[in-house]
Amino acid sequence: MTVQYKVLPGPEHYLPPSAASMGIRLPDPGQGHINGRIVPEEEAMEAAARQFLMAKVPTIFPGPLVLWAWNEKAAKKATAIRHLYETIKECITPSQKPMLIPMPDYRPKYPKIDPEVEINPNHPNLTIWHNKIDACMFVGVHCHQANLSLKIIRGGTNCYTIAMCAQAGHEDAMLSFRDATADKIMRLAEWVRKLKGSVQPSEN
Amino acid sequence: MSLERIKIAPEMFDIMPPEYQDLVQKATYGNESRGWKDIGTSKELIEEHSLCAGCPESMAFRYILASLPNPEDTVMVGSTGCTSLVFPHVGIHNIHSLFGNQNAIASGLKRALTVRFPGRVKDVVVLAGDGATVDIGLDMTLQAWFRQEKFTTICFDNELYANTGGQESGLMQKGFVAKMAPIGKHFEKVRLPEIARESGCHYVVNCTVSKPNLIEKVVKNAIYIAREIGPTYLQLYTPCILEIGKNSMEGLQEMRDAEKPTERFAYREYISEPAKELIAEMTAKEKERKAALKKQLAGQNA
Ligand SMILES: Cc1ncc(C[n+]2csc(CCOP(=O)(O)OP(=O)(O)O)c2C)c(N)n1
Ligand code: SF4
Ligand SMILES: [Mg+2]
Repeated sequence: MTVQYKVLPGPEHYLPPSAASMGIRLPDPGQGHINGRIVPEEEAMEAAARQFLMAKVPTIFPGPLVLWAWNEKAAKKATAIRHLYETIKECITPSQKPMLIPMPDYRPKYPKIDPEVEINPNHPNLTIWHNKIDACMFVGVHCHQANLSLKIIRGGTNCYTIAMCAQAGHEDAMLSFRDATADKIMRLAEWVRKLKGSVQPSEN
Repeated sequence: MSLERIKIAPEMFDIMPPEYQDLVQKATYGNESRGWKDIGTSKELIEEHSLCAGCPESMAFRYILASLPNPEDTVMVGSTGCTSLVFPHVGIHNIHSLFGNQNAIASGLKRALTVRFPGRVKDVVVLAGDGATVDIGLDMTLQAWFRQEKFTTICFDNELYANTGGQESGLMQKGFVAKMAPIGKHFEKVRLPEIARESGCHYVVNCTVSKPNLIEKVVKNAIYIAREIGPTYLQLYTPCILEIGKNSMEGLQEMRDAEKPTERFAYREYISEPAKELIAEMTAKEKERKAALKKQLAGQNA
């Protein structure tokens, strides 16, 4: 009997397998995935909003594709991301601490990065551990770097990962959207507002 | 022009790490007369580095990066070695190539950029250690020169393989004993500047990095000549203070000693005839520009 692999918060173990190699496939347009299970996009929206409202440190990690205003679409997405962040801030309790931490580029910044001000895809755990981040969303990170980073996070932390992907989605995240636009990010913010007060912050 | 190309999304500006904010606000992108004098008053294109404290390679990096005439449209190609640990901290597009392959990568890159961006000047600059340039990569180095590829090759000559603990290099001096070359080198330092000249380089300079103004001049010449005419080569002494047993503060003196008239890094240059003409043209233009500026200033003050 084959056991279906699930993309779950870790720590899984050092060097976890890529989810694709474990049979996880990407959603089609109009869909998302939760733990590797393909779901309608609205279901993923609701689940992502719940994760943000539940987390002690709900965090958005915007990557270079949205941090730099290299075209009009990117600038619009940046506005939408800021709106999502402000919405999360408004909808959570004072005991929760939302964060917006950039991934300005992918250079392996040795010998150190400042985990309070940035995340680096080559050692994302430093930022997650330091700030005790328990739910995060990647947006505007190139696919290859996102997959690398999401896998490292799954391997070494218990952080719940969400990918707001502009292409075909990320199987290495615990929850993934695809074809991200500014409108889609705004819709996620609406979901957060809609569920405000109905989700208990996590205890542990 | 170039500042336009690297705008941070306004909603994200406040969360960007300060070095990126500085990079778009205080770096000298787009300033044709940028040079070593900007160091200290503007944002440098190098962040903290991971070289040994006082390593002259860090000085060389700072002077070169301050002197590139067109940093926003420059791609640097590096190779494995101490230099490769610095590139992740550099605010210029760069490619890390497999050890020794840097001049082959740069050849393809320069050609591709010329086809892809026909209306724009794109400079390619190789920067690699002596091991990468003269030993493992010698084939690629020479073939690029034979083919007259239009880019600049810079060699950080520290006369050994520093990054791997001190093995013998072709550019090491005869008789030199290093940590991992205990019997002493049996043959002479390879005469790469002379070989570069014979291989078709139009501008070749052999010197140390003790003088920032000199580095600015040779880097600019090398890049302008490579753009217009053909390959250029700079061999810069950046002593590995760790391997030769010097303290952090002694790198500069080591270079000054090595550039005395009878020493191996006494200033030497070779300039081909077409390159001489180009330099003369550039000098005349620069004179004209300065005279016009002076006139303009005088007009303003009158
Ligand atoms: C193909 C390949 N061969 C060998 C090595 C091992 N290696 C790493 S750095 C290095 C020497 C670098 O010497 P040099 O180019 O002089 O640079 P330096 O460290 O002295 O600045 C070598 C041999 C490698 N990384 N790749
Ligand atoms: S090992 Fe030598 S060349 Fe490398 S960083 Fe240290 S001093 Fe510089
Ligand atoms: Mg060397």
